[in-house]
Amino acid sequence: MREIQVQQITDVVERLCIEANQYLPEDIRKAIQSCHAQEDWEDARDVLEKITENFKIAGEEKVPICQDTGLACVFLEIGQDVHIGGGNLAEAVDEGVRRGYSRGYLRKSVVKDPIRRENTGDNTPAMIYTEIVPGSQIKITVAPKGFGSENMSALRMFKPSQGLETIKKFILETVEDAGPNPCPPVVVGVGIGGTFDKAALLAKKALMRPVDVPSPDPFYAQLEEEMLEQINRLGIGPQGFGGRTTAIGVNIETMPTHIAGMPCAVNINCHVTRHKTEII
Amino acid sequence: MEKYIQTPLTKEDAKALHAGDRVYLTGTIYTARDAAHKRMCQAMERGQKLPFDLEDAVIYYVGPTPERPGKVIGSAGPTTGGRMDAYAPVMMAAGNRAMIGKGARSPQVTEAIKEHTCVYFGAIGGAGALLSRCIKKCELIAYEDLGAEAVRKLYVEDMPLVVIIDCEGNNLYESGRKAYLKTVQSNEK
Repeated sequence: MREIQVQQITDVVERLCIEANQYLPEDIRKAIQSCHAQEDWEDARDVLEKITENFKIAGEEKVPICQDTGLACVFLEIGQDVHIGGGNLAEAVDEGVRRGYSRGYLRKSVVKDPIRRENTGDNTPAMIYTEIVPGSQIKITVAPKGFGSENMSALRMFKPSQGLETIKKFILETVEDAGPNPCPPVVVGVGIGGTFDKAALLAKKALMRPVDVPSPDPFYAQLEEEMLEQINRLGIGPQGFGGRTTAIGVNIETMPTHIAGMPCAVNINCHVTRHKTEII
Repeated sequence: MEKYIQTPLTKEDAKALHAGDRVYLTGTIYTARDAAHKRMCQAMERGQKLPFDLEDAVIYYVGPTPERPGKVIGSAGPTTGGRMDAYAPVMMAAGNRAMIGKGARSPQVTEAIKEHTCVYFGAIGGAGALLSRCIKKCELIAYEDLGAEAVRKLYVEDMPLVVIIDCEGNNLYESGRKAYLKTVQSNEK
């Protein structure tokens, strides 16, 4: 049994909150560049150039890429041979978020109650997702999630008879209905299967996979490619000004489900798709 | 078309702008998003004074990140305009000439834009670091308790914007997409 102190988790979460908000993952940078090379619509090229300039400035000046520094989604994959000591795990994660958002000059965008809406002032609580896995390490991923795109996400419980074509239509319609609102070009995370809640979690996790890594299942890898192509025929374009680049990636995650159901969730992320991981 | 414009923005200025124009804005503008709009509309209902004069004013839908020491402001890109749809017609009726945001607006907002000769500008969503460079002065003037949502008076220089909805109701989100798809179709023929 390996002992890990909560203090160490706090330190990692603090650092990841700051870094995730200042530096875009390499796969997203590359995808934006390659979309720019394929784009011949003038307004679209202009937007993609400004987006590229923006993440360069953010890195140089250590200023957040986007002012919506998000709700801090923290994924913890905890090895079953780890014992966490020195305090309460959830409190340790929140303390990391509190420090990261304060020391990193990040925006505090969390309200205590969804109806009464008073800001908590320190961006806590984090949205914490824990998973017990084999091993004696803890993998920590911080994914700050902006709500311009979160608000355009959708979930539907389909009948099995509705089949693949209905799933395709739903994905396409969700992106089309979102239009310019989620700051395209977007990344589309799709979760199919499981239960109502598991489908949503799969869609969120799909956003964590690099956009240049296809699904390991050839059937879904082909579907990802096809959906990306169809989405980029919608014409919405960067910022909705028209153009080819509506999405830079479609990632699909699936799991077994009930004989009576076919849940499907579509979680949309903006071009500032942020996540940073560290293993302790 | 590229145009250089200044605040305050008059009706005549708004009439000269067309959906799709690339605009560089210089002058004083004010920040307000969901919570500040709610308070300002409540204040108007009660006949109370507003934090700034709405006449010919430009409102930027933004909640910036805190500034680092020695900096004017943090990251400061636009938020989704549609969330202000419930308040925007009241603001325009009271003199608010232009809004800066991103994303679609309701038909009621487009009608109010036409009725009061206003304009809806888009700034690039997610480009908060780039846009913060145009902001030369920032002063918190009201609703400090709202934090990022407080009302700030900004002085901007050559802020890059695009006209999304003009005073005739033309909408770049519709026309830009349509024009692009038309070129794709003609290329495929």
